[in-house]
Amino acid sequence: MNSVAIVGASLAGLSAARALRAQGFGGRLTIVGAEPHRPYDRPPLSKEFLAGQMTTADLALEGDGEDLDAEWRLGVAATGLRQGEPLRITLADGSAVEADGVVIATGAVARTLGGDLAGVHTLRTVEDAAALRADLDGARRLVVIGAGFIGAEVACVARTLGLDVTIVEAAPAPFARALGPEMGAALAGLHEDHGVRLICGAAVRALSGQGRVDGVLLEDGRRLDADVVLAGIGARPAVEWLDGSGVKVGDGVVCDAGGATSVPGVVAVGDCAAWFDPALGAHLRVEHWTGAARRPATAAATLLSGGAAVPDALAPPYLWSDQYGLRVQFAGHTLPGDEVSVEEGDLASRRFLAVYRREGRTVAVLGVDQPRSFTRWRRRVNEPAVAR
Amino acid sequence: MIPACPLAALPRGEALRIETDPPIAVFHTEDGELYAVDDTCTHQDASLADGWLEGCEVECPLHASRFDLRTGRVDAPPAKLPVRTHQVVVRDETVYVVPSDLPPNLPPGVRTGSAADA
Ligand SMILES: Cc1cc2nc3c(=O)[nH]c(=O)nc-3n(C[C@H](O)[C@H](O)[C@H](O)COP(=O)(O)OP(=O)(O)OC[C@H]3O[C@@H](n4cnc5c(N)ncnc54)[C@H](O)[C@@H]3O)c2cc1C
Ligand code: FES
Repeated sequence: MNSVAIVGASLAGLSAARALRAQGFGGRLTIVGAEPHRPYDRPPLSKEFLAGQMTTADLALEGDGEDLDAEWRLGVAATGLRQGEPLRITLADGSAVEADGVVIATGAVARTLGGDLAGVHTLRTVEDAAALRADLDGARRLVVIGAGFIGAEVACVARTLGLDVTIVEAAPAPFARALGPEMGAALAGLHEDHGVRLICGAAVRALSGQGRVDGVLLEDGRRLDADVVLAGIGARPAVEWLDGSGVKVGDGVVCDAGGATSVPGVVAVGDCAAWFDPALGAHLRVEHWTGAARRPATAAATLLSGGAAVPDALAPPYLWSDQYGLRVQFAGHTLPGDEVSVEEGDLASRRFLAVYRREGRTVAVLGVDQPRSFTRWRRRVNEPAVAR
Repeated sequence: MIPACPLAALPRGEALRIETDPPIAVFHTEDGELYAVDDTCTHQDASLADGWLEGCEVECPLHASRFDLRTGRVDAPPAKLPVRTHQVVVRDETVYVVPSDLPPNLPPGVRTGSAADA
């Protein structure tokens, strides 16, 4: 393989470039990125950066003086991929990049509520974060739509800035999709402790306002006043550009357990990719930092070996979140019906470690302010069941 | 030289945090080696003594960067800077740490003198 093109210049793309070089790839490397920026880190956008404790420079993902000997094509989106030898990527400026191997790392895009009222935000990019922060500064009331991690973190920061905060969630419990209903409720308590109002089981009908948002109308007829609204309703994989390429797409680019796509010479990594997870027996799109940083090493090996490399055992998905100074950590994947038990600490103190089991097997673990025991429990996720 | 603990109090595979300023983590590897490094990860405020010890490496409990306990070198981001190492001495069945004179690589927001109230 003499040339590789990476599409997407964020965490997964940069990690793929590093992995290719670390594994001895000495050929031509091109990195295409739609954003005009060098790779930057997103987790602080809803935490320290939004709180004003970190600057844009602090977000840089590259090390000082790091040089991957790559040609960077920043500020230009890929618009298509054509199979053949070489593979050909067309770009929005009309140019094209040819390469023997392609890494798809285009990540995800925040889902929006539609409409064009001022004061309504989503949070995915550094520009989004700066705009949200500027709006929070003069505001009194924030309504967060969707009780997911990003919304919850923004709620935390807004509370520390002194805003009145309401989170509206359509599901019966917050964080339920990621944590299950019981632990979702436990985390909800943490927000209520800090004066956040949580309204669950309530769908949003419409936003109100003339030019600028002034309220959120719920299906049950309630109206919430709002100066700023954040839609934290998830993200969809950025894969439209692959239409017609033959690369198989479901909820993200469908990959095997080594990152290979349906097209030879093309692998996919990060938030845009749904790798086959043997422990789950299904494809799963994981939208967390650690997977986007670590899995590219496996995908690089897949690419450089032409698919011959045996993929590393897949580490269970892992995420962290910082809320009111507490470290929330979760590893694994929970499904409805899993058994959950608190193994350390207790829910009332908001400091605990909970283990999720399915047929006796540990499938996930949640830690709130328990880094030490979390580290140990995390290793047991997806180990074969032991007779108990 | 700072006394850390009796050797018997630190079994293989375990780590101990000493409340120096900044705090120091002492590790006893499965192979029986003893190492000491600054306890605070160079990325953010996490305690490496809470991390996962494997061979001569400790994995940060928060974002999984791994530090080589012999050199302090970090394997992969998010941490970018090495962690400062200290010398360990065992005398009369007691573990001592000889603190380094080099400046530490503490994460943004963590300063010496404030480490105790973190
Ligand atoms: C606000 C926020 C907070 C988060 N907090 C946490 C956290 O606490 N813990 C955690 O584990 N994870 C967190 N995450 C998730 C984590 O940041 C993502 O998993 C990670 O960024 C995924 O990296 P990626 O490179 O796959 O995708 P992205 O970071 O989305 O990058 C994809 C890049 O590809 C570019 N691109 C898209 N389409 C094209 C195209 N056609 N051509 C060229 N370039 C294209 C995009 O512009 C973008 O720069 C957070 C995410 C956000 C947004
Ligand atoms: S705090 Fe150690 S890697 Fe982030």
